[in-house]
Amino acid sequence: MINWSIVIETLPAFWHGLQITLLLLVISISSGLLLSIPLSVARASANPWIRTPVWLYTYVIRGTPLLVQLFVLYYGLPQFDSVRESALWPLFRSPWFCAWLAFTLNTTAYTTEMFAGAIRSTPAGEIEAARAMGLTRFQVFRDVFWPGAWRRALPQYGNEVVQMMHATALASTVTIVEILRVARDVYTNYLVVPESFGMAAVLYLMLTVILTQGFRLLERHYLRHLDPKASRTQAPPKGKQHIADA
Amino acid sequence: MTAMLTATDIRKSFGPTEVLKGISVSATKGDVIAVIGSSGSGKSTFLRCLNFLERPTSGTISLDGVPLVCRRDRAGDLTVADSGALRAYRARVTMVFQQFNLWSHMTARENVMLGPIRVHGLSRTEAGERADAYLARVGLSHRKDAYPGFLSGGEQQRVAIARALAMEPELMLFDEPTSALDPELVGEVLRVMRSLADEGRTMIVVTHEMNFAREVANKVVFLNQGVIGEEGDPREVLRNPQSGRLKAFLAAQAT
Repeated sequence: MINWSIVIETLPAFWHGLQITLLLLVISISSGLLLSIPLSVARASANPWIRTPVWLYTYVIRGTPLLVQLFVLYYGLPQFDSVRESALWPLFRSPWFCAWLAFTLNTTAYTTEMFAGAIRSTPAGEIEAARAMGLTRFQVFRDVFWPGAWRRALPQYGNEVVQMMHATALASTVTIVEILRVARDVYTNYLVVPESFGMAAVLYLMLTVILTQGFRLLERHYLRHLDPKASRTQAPPKGKQHIADA
Repeated sequence: MTAMLTATDIRKSFGPTEVLKGISVSATKGDVIAVIGSSGSGKSTFLRCLNFLERPTSGTISLDGVPLVCRRDRAGDLTVADSGALRAYRARVTMVFQQFNLWSHMTARENVMLGPIRVHGLSRTEAGERADAYLARVGLSHRKDAYPGFLSGGEQQRVAIARALAMEPELMLFDEPTSALDPELVGEVLRVMRSLADEGRTMIVVTHEMNFAREVANKVVFLNQGVIGEEGDPREVLRNPQSGRLKAFLAAQAT
C-alpha cells in the first residue's frame, strides 16, 4: 500500500522538481523552435552548400542518443585543457548550461527535419500567387510560406514537445534536481517505489496529458481550415445571387 | 488611345528550346484580349512573362509608356532590375491562375484582404470592407468566412478573382481560369469575367473558351509554336481563319 505520510512529506520536493522539469522544457523548446525556423529553411534549400551542412548536423544529432550528447558536453569537454582554460569554461562547467545546450541541439535537429518536410510540401502556387501580387520576400515568408508549413508540421511538433518533456529526465544525470532526481532521492531515503518512481511516473503522465490537450487547442486554432464546421456557410442569399448583371 | 501595356518581341527559351519566338501584344484601356492556341503553343508562358513569374529571355514590357528597366539574371534571362519596381508593377497587373492558388490557411475574406494590407498599407478594417465589397461583386458574400478547402472550384476561382480585384489593378491577367473546373462550374466564373469586361476592365485572358473569346474579347491572339499565328477582331479571326493551323485548331475546339 501507499504510505501517504511519505507522499505528503515529499510533495514539496516533487513540486520543486516539477517546476525544474518545466523550466528545462521551456528553455530548450523555445530556443529549439527559434533555431529550427531558419535551419529548416536552409535544410529545404535547393543550394547544396546551404542544405548539406544542416543535413550533416541533424543526421549526427539524430543518429546519437541524447544521453551521450549530454555526457559528451558535460563530462567530455572538461577533459580538454583548452576548454577548461577558455572563456567559456564557466558555462561548460554548469550542468544547467550543458543540459540546455544538449537539449536544444537535440530538439532543434528533430524539429528542423520536421519543418523542412513541411516546407518542401508547400504548394508552389500559393507562393506564386503571393509574389504575383507584389508582396516582398519577407511578406511571402511571414504571411504564406511559414504559416502553411507551421500548420502542416504542428501535429508532429506536438509529439516532439512531449518527447522532449520526457527527455528532460536525463538532466538528473548531471545533478539537476528535476522530477526524476527527486524520485531517486526519495527512493534512496525511504526505499519505497510507488511513492518515489511511481510518483514521478504520475507527474510525467500528468504533464503529458496537459501538453497533449494544449496542443489539441493549438490545433483547433491553427487547423481551423481543415475543419468542416469552421467553413459552414451562412444561408445563401434569397433568390438569384447578384453577380453584376448575370 | 495610347497603349497601356505593351509587350514587344518577347522571347523565352528553356535551355535550347525556344518557346516564345518574339511575341508582341499591346493592350489599351478597356481591351479584353483573348490568347488562344493549342497546348504547348506558349500562351501560358507568354502570360507569365507579362508578370515576370517567368523571366523572358529578351523583349521589353512597358506600362503606360514607361518601359520596365530589366537586367539579366545568372541564367541570362531578364528580370526587373529594381525589386521594388517589380512589386509595384505586379500590384498594378494582377494575375488569376488556372489552379486558383488561394492561400489554404486563410478564409476567403482573409485571402482578399492580404494584398491590400501588405501592398497598399490598408488597415484591417479598411481591407475587410474592401474584401467584402469585392466578394459581393463575385457573388460570394455568404462564403466569406469559409476556407478554400471547403469551397467548390468555381467558388475558389471567384475568390481568386476578388483577390485580384481587391488590388484595384489596371490590368488583369487570367491564365486559363476555367480549365481546372468541372464543366458545370465554368459558367459562374465566365459570368463574373464577362461582367468585369462589361465594366470596362482591361484583361488579357488565356483561354480555351471560344465562346468567351468570340463574345467578350475585342481582340484575339492565336499563338502557334511560339509565334503569333493570327490576331485581330475575334468575330473576324474566328469566323474566317486564314491559316490552316487556326482552322484545324478551331475545328478541334468545336468537337
